Amino acid sequence: MSHAESVPSNKVTAGTQARRRRSRGPARYSALDIFRRGVTNSDWPRSFRQHDLAKSYDVVIIGAGVHGLACAYYLAAHHGITNVAVLDKSYMGGGGSGRNTAIIRSNYLTPEGVRFYDRSVVLYQNLAADLNYNVMFSQRGHLTLAHTDASLRTMNWRAEVNKLQGINSSVIDAAEVGRIVKYLDVSDRPRYPILGALYHPPGGIIRHDAVNWGYARAADHLGVQIHQQTEVLGIETAGGKVTGVRTNRGAISASIVVNCTAGWATTISDMVGVKMPLITHPLQAAVTEPVKVFLPSVIVSGSLHVYVSQTDRGELVFGASVDPYPSYSMRGSLEFTESVASHILELIPSIGSLKVLRQWAGLCDMTPDYSPIMGVTPVAGFLVDVGWGTYGFKAGPVSGEAMAALVATGRVPEIISAFDLARFADGRLVGEKGAASVGH
Amino acid sequence: MILIDCPYCGPRNSTEFRHAGEAGRKREVTTNDPAVWRRYLYQQDNPLGWVRENWFHTTGCRQFLCAERNTQTNEIRWVAPAGSPGPDGASNNGGAR
Ligand SMILES: Cc1cc2nc3c(=O)[nH]c(=O)nc-3n(C[C@H](O)[C@H](O)[C@H](O)COP(=O)(O)OP(=O)(O)OC[C@H]3O[C@@H](n4cnc5c(N)ncnc54)[C@H](O)[C@@H]3O)c2cc1C
Ligand SMILES: [Zn+2]
Repeated sequence: MSHAESVPSNKVTAGTQARRRRSRGPARYSALDIFRRGVTNSDWPRSFRQHDLAKSYDVVIIGAGVHGLACAYYLAAHHGITNVAVLDKSYMGGGGSGRNTAIIRSNYLTPEGVRFYDRSVVLYQNLAADLNYNVMFSQRGHLTLAHTDASLRTMNWRAEVNKLQGINSSVIDAAEVGRIVKYLDVSDRPRYPILGALYHPPGGIIRHDAVNWGYARAADHLGVQIHQQTEVLGIETAGGKVTGVRTNRGAISASIVVNCTAGWATTISDMVGVKMPLITHPLQAAVTEPVKVFLPSVIVSGSLHVYVSQTDRGELVFGASVDPYPSYSMRGSLEFTESVASHILELIPSIGSLKVLRQWAGLCDMTPDYSPIMGVTPVAGFLVDVGWGTYGFKAGPVSGEAMAALVATGRVPEIISAFDLARFADGRLVGEKGAASVGH
Repeated sequence: MILIDCPYCGPRNSTEFRHAGEAGRKREVTTNDPAVWRRYLYQQDNPLGWVRENWFHTTGCRQFLCAERNTQTNEIRWVAPAGSPGPDGASNNGGAR
């Protein structure tokens, strides 16, 4: 693969540099450090630095969300490639990565999907230690409710696929759902009574901002440069190969450019004439005032178009499916709040007096099959890690790891090989709609 | 909320409508080349800015419309029955059905 030839071959030097930087790096976060700074009243070091834009980098990553940051981190940590710039037109973590509802799970519908997302669960389990950053991963269990025979059938299908891949996932009946979540109405009174659920104990939620900040800080320590307020305006190519990018802060030469811009992905791919089957839809979420923790697991109802979890702070976090038309606007709507409120009250009538504190929206790059698009494109050196739709936060670690390996070796890792761009022309879709349209 | 000024019913909330994709996508009925059909099925332009698109007025007149909307602001600057010539004279404004 031609783009790989341009990856620096002086891995050893790069690796040594990285180690040197790490040893010089800022204080490790620890209980002792909190105590020391408490009594000495000293400031914490900045968790990542600002730099002038260099004239050239080995790798330019567009988009400082979890995908761009994770890719940069693994490039440096696993492959010693540290001459890397992550560019963001806005602020780090200001896209979907700072707006999502932070659900992590691996109980998908296809074997390719299940294997892929499960690798991410494993990486997330060790992430706090790897990054020296408390990401608050809480594997509290994930319930996808079934209100119809058809959805119960899909749940059974998913459970069997999951079990074959070694995932803890099974279908339980309504009574057991009621034992796990006491406040759920499991009677036959509601218009759509709960018939059962797909139960996935390893699923849960995480502190999404901490994941972004943790990757940014760790990548920065290894020598990666993160440039906020740096908008890519164009991508230069010569002879079918990427040669650099144009930004509002000047031109950069680079032979590898990775598109990690999620909702904005087609605006970047269009710059090199790579058409992508993505449509950008807003997705909204809302959060209530905090109350005493009573909800033990994440609850998703596809039929009622709603899901809910409770943060450790006690707020209920609600979400739904995407807004029903394409848009790059991130304004919330009253329709969303009304719909979420009425549906959630069918599930948990006792929260009727809770106030919604705020609502927001983020952009989702939807693919036809609800699976992502990762890997090479017809333009050499232009790589994509997009198509994250409503479900991409959980995939940050695994796709960062795999994309870094692709950049470093020029070979597509097996774990992402089913998710290539060419699958749409070839008719090899990886259909995950049944597992990803409401429960992200 | 987006207000769509239906040429038949007047201004209505977009929740009354179903978004029906970008305008002017055509089935190539004279070919059975899978690549062509897959492009038709999966590929749209997804522009950031002005787009010409079709809407179906589900709970109103049940007619297809064509509109020009800015995807960044959701401003709509033109609505007409599907297939009408656009403000620029372009005629290819029917739906992909
Ligand atoms: C409300 C909501 C709830 C969600 N819930 C979940 C969930 O529970 N679980 C889950 O797994 N996923 C969830 N998602 C999806 C998830 O948030 C995204 O898939 C994921 O964050 C995408 O990460 P990313 O790094 O690819 O992109 P983003 O975090 O969106 O980052 C893209 C970045 O690219 C930058 N950019 C764009 N254009 C340019 C340019 N021209 N130049 C430079 N930079 C540019 C943007 O400023 C942005 O910061 C949810 C999304 C939303 C909106
Ligand atoms: Zn009408």
